[in-house]
Amino acid sequence: MIADIWTVLRKDWIELTLAGGGPRAGAVRAALVVFVFGIIIPLQAGRDWVDAPAFLAFWTSMPLLLVSGVVADSFAGERERHTLETLLATPLSDRAILLGKVGAVVAYGWGLAVTSLPIALLTVNLAERGGPLILYPLPVLGGILLAGLLTALLGATAGVLVSLRAHTVRQAQQLLGIAMLALLFLPLLGARLLPAAVADLIASRLAATDPALLAGLALAALAALDLLLLALAAARFRRDRLILD
Amino acid sequence: MTDLAIRTTELTRAFGSVLALDRVSLEVPKGIIFGFLGPNGAGKTTTIRLLLGLLEPTAGRAEVLGLDTRTHAQEVRRRTGALLEHPGLYERLSAEANLDFHARARRLPAPERRARIRELLDRLGLWERRREPVGRWSRGMRQKLAVARALLHRPPLVFLDEPTAGLDPVAAAALRDDLASLAAHEGTTVFLTTHNLAEAEKLCARIAVIRRGRVVAVGRPEELRARRRGTEVLVTGRGFTGEVLERLRTRPEVRRAELDDGRLSLELRDDANAAPLVALLVHAGVEVEEVHRASGSLEDAILALMEET
Repeated sequence: MIADIWTVLRKDWIELTLAGGGPRAGAVRAALVVFVFGIIIPLQAGRDWVDAPAFLAFWTSMPLLLVSGVVADSFAGERERHTLETLLATPLSDRAILLGKVGAVVAYGWGLAVTSLPIALLTVNLAERGGPLILYPLPVLGGILLAGLLTALLGATAGVLVSLRAHTVRQAQQLLGIAMLALLFLPLLGARLLPAAVADLIASRLAATDPALLAGLALAALAALDLLLLALAAARFRRDRLILD
Repeated sequence: MTDLAIRTTELTRAFGSVLALDRVSLEVPKGIIFGFLGPNGAGKTTTIRLLLGLLEPTAGRAEVLGLDTRTHAQEVRRRTGALLEHPGLYERLSAEANLDFHARARRLPAPERRARIRELLDRLGLWERRREPVGRWSRGMRQKLAVARALLHRPPLVFLDEPTAGLDPVAAAALRDDLASLAAHEGTTVFLTTHNLAEAEKLCARIAVIRRGRVVAVGRPEELRARRRGTEVLVTGRGFTGEVLERLRTRPEVRRAELDDGRLSLELRDDANAAPLVALLVHAGVEVEEVHRASGSLEDAILALMEET
């Protein structure tokens, strides 16, 4: 099973890196992401890049955005390029195909974020040279990496779920864009619609709770959402439906 | 141990109210190229999808290499190769990377994987271009690569769904030669669907004809041709009047009677005897010079089968 997942992941990873004009174009795209998020933005933010909560939250959204840009291709791309039926005619199991595809986009989004992170630290340290060494506290670093992985997984599972039934990559991208907007803005909208008294009560409860506990709860909720979406994608993955769609 | 590569019993598949495959019973012996002929939409691709376990039958059953396609679909796919409606190649990847992916999916060990990829690409004349993205290749080269992919793990049975469709005549002929040579060399059973009747005649040891989801004939090419040979009669002579033609058309054994370039062309039902008809012509005053039973091609035979049903 692991070998089969790796087979699909490896193939999709190579395809991802070759998309849009061959290996050189793929390398340039990856380098551009690392350049912007590892050098340009940290250089402008300075020490805040490591300390400010808003910038810490950035590391959780960056993998989600990167994954959202490529995941639509996972099944809709295979369907559009007429390779899906041949893939389904291999002895690879349903789970191996699904997890391999999820793994490839997670590796892409999270991998670029993880690569950008030490470069960003190096950039901040060079910009603030002369002072003490600037590093993330170990629990924060662990939290960033785990949250990044879980948000990448969220984007990947939601994207695969949409891509499974989309006829074209464009359709998958459009649906995914709407889903992402809903995911980002519905909680904000919901918060604004709450009665002021309830909102104040929640805010005071949150302020009184240990931030580490809050972060832990948020990560657990994210992990549960990932598992739910993965289970939904697995339930929707049916060879006959994929062919007839 | 069965000598059959494929056995279907009353295999049926419906899509809503449309019956794509209607009680198809087939037996495909091992080690031959089996042609599955029919026009577009006849049910050829659906049959392959059912045999690969990609679709489930609505009724009936299919056994591939002794395995029930409903309960052992993954094992069926492991032990067979397939070139489906589209070549199914990853165009951004090189030929080598395409084959490597499929060899890994079949769990071929690394040394065998490398050796087999080289062997197949060499035999098909593609080795020198193995590192090029296949998106830059001609359609003929891509079809060859897709055939190589289907044979990669030395499967005892290969499904080829219209492998020469869309190729120019030269590329199609070259691919046909490669197919014949590969099948002979590998000892593989080939289930070949095509609507190219000449191709089937050249390659196939046995043929089944499908129309509107039903198998209308099965046999060796010469057996199918023989059906036609007994029904086509050409008569050369003088005095074929309209009245004579009408009298011929009223005969129960005559399916068609037409004048074609001064010759009388008769199509008879089954293996009807032409002698009484010749007597009728002579009696009606026709000067008969020559009577010839046409040695119809497989194409004629199959087209006739299609018209009959």
